[in-house]
Amino acid sequence: MSRELTISLSPHEKGNLSVEKIMWSVVIALIPALTASVYFYGIHALRVVVLGMLFCIALEYLIQKFVLKTKVTAFDGSAAVTGLLLAFNVPSSIPWWQLLIGSAAAIGVAKMAFGGLGKNPFNPALVGRAFMLASFPVQMNTWPAPLRKIWESGADALTSATPLGILKEGVRDGTPIADLADKMPSYFDMFIGNMGGCIGEVSAFAILAGGIYLLSRKIISFHIPLFYLLSLAGFTGLFWLFNPVKYADPLFHILAGGAMLGAWFMATDMVTCPMSIKGQVIFAISGGILCGAIRLFGSYPEGCSYSILVMNAFVPLIDKYFKPKRFGKEVDNGK
Amino acid sequence: MASKKKLASTFPNMVIVLTVVALTSALALSLTNISTLKARQMVEVKRTLEALKEVLPEFNNDPSIEKYSVENFAEMEFYPAKKGGQPVGTAIKTYSDKGFSERIWLMVGFDEGNKVHNISVLKQRETPGLGTKIKEPKFRNQFAGKDPASFTLKVKKDGGDVDAITAATISSRAFCDAVSKAYRALSGGKR
Amino acid sequence: MNLLKELHRGLIKENAVFVLLLGMCPTLAVTGSAMNGLGMGLASTAVLLGSNMVISLIKNLIPDKVRIPVFIVIIASFVTIIDLIMAAYTPDLHEELGIFIPLIVVNCVILGRAEAFASKNSFLASLVDGFVMGLGFTFALTLLGSVREILGAGSLFNWKFVSEDATTILLFILQPGAFIALGFLIAFVNKLTKKKIQGGE
Repeated sequence: MSRELTISLSPHEKGNLSVEKIMWSVVIALIPALTASVYFYGIHALRVVVLGMLFCIALEYLIQKFVLKTKVTAFDGSAAVTGLLLAFNVPSSIPWWQLLIGSAAAIGVAKMAFGGLGKNPFNPALVGRAFMLASFPVQMNTWPAPLRKIWESGADALTSATPLGILKEGVRDGTPIADLADKMPSYFDMFIGNMGGCIGEVSAFAILAGGIYLLSRKIISFHIPLFYLLSLAGFTGLFWLFNPVKYADPLFHILAGGAMLGAWFMATDMVTCPMSIKGQVIFAISGGILCGAIRLFGSYPEGCSYSILVMNAFVPLIDKYFKPKRFGKEVDNGK
Repeated sequence: MASKKKLASTFPNMVIVLTVVALTSALALSLTNISTLKARQMVEVKRTLEALKEVLPEFNNDPSIEKYSVENFAEMEFYPAKKGGQPVGTAIKTYSDKGFSERIWLMVGFDEGNKVHNISVLKQRETPGLGTKIKEPKFRNQFAGKDPASFTLKVKKDGGDVDAITAATISSRAFCDAVSKAYRALSGGKR
Repeated sequence: MNLLKELHRGLIKENAVFVLLLGMCPTLAVTGSAMNGLGMGLASTAVLLGSNMVISLIKNLIPDKVRIPVFIVIIASFVTIIDLIMAAYTPDLHEELGIFIPLIVVNCVILGRAEAFASKNSFLASLVDGFVMGLGFTFALTLLGSVREILGAGSLFNWKFVSEDATTILLFILQPGAFIALGFLIAFVNKLTKKKIQGGE
């Protein structure tokens, strides 16, 4: 889709980026994480991802064609990315109809109700995930164990808690962190993704690979992921230094849960993050602190998606105070 | 038409009108209060009686009249049940503050062998659809006939014998907490 | 005065919830089930009828400067009366609605009708107005409650049409579901009643 009107500050130089190009690059960047997920969870992960993309594209098409009766842009790749990211944020055992309802929340409530691509204040995939988490707490908190663990145990199916879930339970019961170690996957397993979790969030390594690809294509800048992870590490690290018996170390918090996926692919969503670099840094740092605070003190074990959603709400305010530099004032490379 | 005869806003007028309105409504309120008082008191009595019938073995005395409290468990109420003068069990109104929102109130009935006969939820404000499942027989019935001396009143996650409600472990824990409080009170405070 | 026309005004054209967006507090807070919505709607309607009638009767006796305190005393008295009656005869509903029954006092619909309508119109007109506005409020709350109960609990007026263990969209009986359902209902009502906004971009 090519926009007829550009609604941003001058100068308006026509670049070679289009919505399609950006979106399909994001899809390519997510392939490593998908591959890792299929490797660890089997074909179910692939099925959920394909369904998620199909649902989102189909829903956007139907809404544009029959409800809003506007130009159909459902195939520009943005709905596909939403579906992909939504599927990445659910366990691979999720029933298909719950994914459909989550897609309806993502596309119908978070995106089309606000006017479609570019006008949505909240990241649609995360709204879909939050919707599903509140609606289907049982299925959204049942994590299939990685295939290898299942084969080793000889059972038909196994569920395994996520590292953050184990941590939350342990802390609640007053167990020292060191005693939880035998239940936890090793840091290497966490890095490559051999643990229980949502489809796309488990392999930090694969996400990193995709993120670097996006950086090299200049689709995202390094500021949001870097400062998000740094502030998460800083916040959790502070508590860890203060009391390592009760709080896990910062490396654990970066590798566990959705922090990597959130930092690289969710917080960097062009529509829902601030425009200026300064704004992005503030957005990322606050998000990281929020995520850490929810993990350490909230009732949910994971806070990454909520931290980004909350910060999405602050984007207009951030943009108001940190406007991009005006043309002619100062030359600024890149942005 | 409306404003042509409207009372002017002079000081005496305002005082008189406000006084009359306030007095009239006070009268109306006191009349309603008196006429509904009995019915409102009956509600509590009826609720308690229904809960007692549900949780205790068959009885023919009025446990509400014989209700007593024990010093160490001041907030709980004991309802002794008798049939033909013979004690058949005790119901204890118990509570827990470990729930998701407000204090949960339960009525736990024990038979003479100190086994749980049945449990009824008197008051709760847990999350609809999740924690509210403590009211459902499916969850409550697993306690029936169990002796807390051998049946550990904790959810399985905490090493007990109780099947927690999926995704509502906190409410399940609070339920267990209230029941075990009742059992402790029973062992320590029965007459 | 045409009663049908008045009904249309209260239920659709000037619906307190969907069009005027008044009384949002009970609308969002107690519509977790159709029964609660209906109960809240009827309780508010009773108060509205009472206050509209009394205020239209004594409108000429109320000095302008103290009209608001007088209205509030009258409304608060009716609310307390309803509260006591409900506590006595519908104890379960009374417990479900809890603090939101006393809060009917601050429902803008009621004070709004007292100030804008009953204090300027005849007894009969105020009675009809209270009736249709109350009905519209009840209709809106029951509809919202029904939608939320069907989606969130798989039941309607406590009649369960899915199996006991079936998974439902819990979000809809939680608070965020009230906002989402209300938003879509308002959009739907707008679609039905308003002509398309003319013009393009």
